[in-house]
Amino acid sequence: MSDKKLCAAFAIAGAFAAACSLAETAKAAKAEQEKCFGVSLKGKNDCAAGPGTSCAGSSKTDYQGSAWKYVPKGTCTSIVTPKGKGSLEPIAN
Amino acid sequence: MTLSAEFDQGAFVRALLDPDLPAPDGLEARHGFAPERRFAVYRNNVCVGLIDALAERFPVCRQLVGDEFFRAMAHCYMREFLPRTPMLFEYGDGFATFVASFEPARELPYLPDVARLEYAIGQAYHAEDAAPAPIDVIRAIPPDQLADATAALHPSTHVISSKYPIVSIWRRHMSDEGLAPLELDHGEEALVVRPQLAVSVAALPTGGSAFVHALEDGRTFTQAVAAASGVAADFDLRGCLQELLLAEAFTAIRVSR
Repeated sequence: MSDKKLCAAFAIAGAFAAACSLAETAKAAKAEQEKCFGVSLKGKNDCAAGPGTSCAGSSKTDYQGSAWKYVPKGTCTSIVTPKGKGSLEPIAN
Repeated sequence: MTLSAEFDQGAFVRALLDPDLPAPDGLEARHGFAPERRFAVYRNNVCVGLIDALAERFPVCRQLVGDEFFRAMAHCYMREFLPRTPMLFEYGDGFATFVASFEPARELPYLPDVARLEYAIGQAYHAEDAAPAPIDVIRAIPPDQLADATAALHPSTHVISSKYPIVSIWRRHMSDEGLAPLELDHGEEALVVRPQLAVSVAALPTGGSAFVHALEDGRTFTQAVAAASGVAADFDLRGCLQELLLAEAFTAIRVSR
């Protein structure tokens, strides 16, 4: 293997190692979030608003009970909206 | 409304799309309803249904131009392009191209690329399922074999490269944060993947889409880096891998032995 090729291979291995660590850290932070139903504004949900929808951004009304949004873990049920509190389960509207 | 045996499908479709044309020949309606009136109801339902489908598929485009403008633009599209398959989630595949040539939308040069991004999000949502490769499995690959390794990408993976900051535009319109002014002087390359149930959208460093395309073509990581460096001399490999790992875009990394 030439020096140049060896350098490129080192760069790829190094980039992989660094990227794996960063992705793991970021994923751990994401795990600290929970899905919270009934707290997102119309069209701003992260996912799940009803059968056959294209998910994110598909909620029709503010604080729709079938739409969820990621919030920091442990905060969902303490979020108060004009329609009531956030829920870890879908809320029947 | 029923159709007689000698039914001309071409004339039916033309009459369906153009309210100025008379209802097609050979229509019959029960209970003495006028067939033309029944046909007008049917035409309206088809039209509204397809425009609604586009409005659901392209929610950020709709926000960018406003509801009224969007529906008028969708109506023009729908009169030119009817669905080509019975699956409504595939409708709108040519919408971005149409928007690019739609004169009244010229003021928003980034609109076609935002439409491409939103269409990719819909396609990713309906793509085949596959299990992403866990990070610890990728970490366990001997470092000296990565340069010549190839990658299998998740079937939902799409990359869209734009002269405009399409990811930032999309994200601002999808979040609760207020709309802050945005500089349009730089491009962005979007990565769209749906590893589990939710579609994720991320921005790749410049050259990232060339990198992903090379990997999709079965090139090695060394070759993919070369392809990306051809687009951006200072290609950020670490940043690009990080976004791909975070989005769980790899289903496997294959070493050459």
